[in-house]
Amino acid sequence: MIWIVFVLVFWIAAWWVNIILTAQKPNRLNAFAVPALFGITLLLLWEGIVRGFGISPVLLPPPSAIAVTFSQNLPILWEDFFQTFVKGALSGYIIGCGAAFLVAVAVDRSPFLQRGLLPVGNFVAALPIIGLAPIMVMWFGFDWQSKAAVVVAMVFFPVLVNTVQGLQASDAMQRDLMRTYAASYPQALMKLRLPAAMPFIFNGLKIATTLALIGAIVAEFFGSPIKGMGFRISTEVGRLALDMVWAEIAVAAIAGSAFYGLVALLEKGVTFWHPSQRG
Amino acid sequence: MNDTVISAKNLSLTFETNDGPVHALKDINLDIAKGEFVSFIGPSGCGKTTFLRCMADLETPTGGEITVNGVTPREARSSRAYGYVFQAAGLYPWRTIGGNIRLPLEIMGYSKEDQAKRVQQVLELVELDGFDRKFPWQLSGGMQQRASIARALAFDADILLMDEPFGALDEIVRDHLNEQLLALWARTEKTIGFVTHSIPEAVYLSTKIVVMSPRPGRIADVIGSPLPKERPLDIRDSPEFIEIAHRVRDGLREGHADG
Repeated sequence: MIWIVFVLVFWIAAWWVNIILTAQKPNRLNAFAVPALFGITLLLLWEGIVRGFGISPVLLPPPSAIAVTFSQNLPILWEDFFQTFVKGALSGYIIGCGAAFLVAVAVDRSPFLQRGLLPVGNFVAALPIIGLAPIMVMWFGFDWQSKAAVVVAMVFFPVLVNTVQGLQASDAMQRDLMRTYAASYPQALMKLRLPAAMPFIFNGLKIATTLALIGAIVAEFFGSPIKGMGFRISTEVGRLALDMVWAEIAVAAIAGSAFYGLVALLEKGVTFWHPSQRG
Repeated sequence: MNDTVISAKNLSLTFETNDGPVHALKDINLDIAKGEFVSFIGPSGCGKTTFLRCMADLETPTGGEITVNGVTPREARSSRAYGYVFQAAGLYPWRTIGGNIRLPLEIMGYSKEDQAKRVQQVLELVELDGFDRKFPWQLSGGMQQRASIARALAFDADILLMDEPFGALDEIVRDHLNEQLLALWARTEKTIGFVTHSIPEAVYLSTKIVVMSPRPGRIADVIGSPLPKERPLDIRDSPEFIEIAHRVRDGLREGHADG
């Protein structure tokens, strides 16, 4: 009971502090403090409710238990992270996005591909590609290659569709200007169409970060070597070791956010000129 | 060398639209000599912009003939015979002002030193020196338009085609830029084609005013200006100026009456 009273008091206190903080002028400190306080409150609420109501750790382990498991299993978590994120997701992401970019440039140049491939692309982009995972495992084996293949298939079409759209984003006057300079196709591509496409391309790249991680983890449910985040999640659920499952989820959350943040940071650097990034 | 820079003979352009053909230009005949400042004035839809775009090979005429520097507009474009200034500045936002002016020079393969020298030169010409590291969106509309003019001047083209370059600017900025443009024209001796819908602007700037009328777009009157080359802003109050302005207005009105 004491736990529940404690978290309720903390909750109200934190709420009150956040109201004061958000009423202030935005600055560096409260830009960080408000979400941090919110997150800490959420974790404490979780901890207090699990302990106060005596919820079984199989249903929901308290954050403290997850943190302990996390710190005790760092080597395993690192190995899983390396297998799934670096080998599976990241290599698939690079291959998939790179291929999509090259195909987009080719599609842009050829009206035939534009009319033929794009509708198919939009259709395939709407499919739950993750259903292909078992097939990919059959084709490319249990190791990371099949996971990378799933990731390639998942990220390819969103990046393709966004890039093609971006390459058409320059306005008529900007293109006329290139024409008055008698610019060649590669010149117009490098100096106008690609820079103008960057906001769209990064939109696709950001969507693809999340897709890549989902693809790499879920693909491991259909067969993998005895390491990897997806493998660990599915086997530890079987052993009712939910704290380990949550520890893997924490790793996935951290890796996913960091990955997205990195691409967003890159976007800020490249598309600093776009109205959405200025200021 | 032939003195005629741009020559149009029975030039016509018809756009095919869903509502039937639109005669943007019909039987246009005009010669522009080297060093002239020619304004095209008329109500919207009279084809003045279309005519300018035909000279620049941005539109293809459907009838008649047009030559630029004695060759087809396409060949003239390929040999980079003209600089073009659009209605909006159209600077690339990812490039600095200096970078935007350098753009045509990069494309045309000027050397790095030459690029830097020319950017500095034209920035001084349009009174923007010191702004080369700023981005377009950090500048006012008038400054952006000046940068776009500098961009069209950076490479060696003898012809400058300007499509309502000051249309979106306020009166005071416009007066100032008109003055600067005249000074620039005197210094560079370029041939200028200038589209506008302002009578005072056309009269103040031009050696020749082409009055156009709509539906179909055609030339209603061609008025040679007797004004001297040296033109202070207050020349606009002189009787000669007012008389030419009257003639332009009459030409515009006639075009409307039978249009």
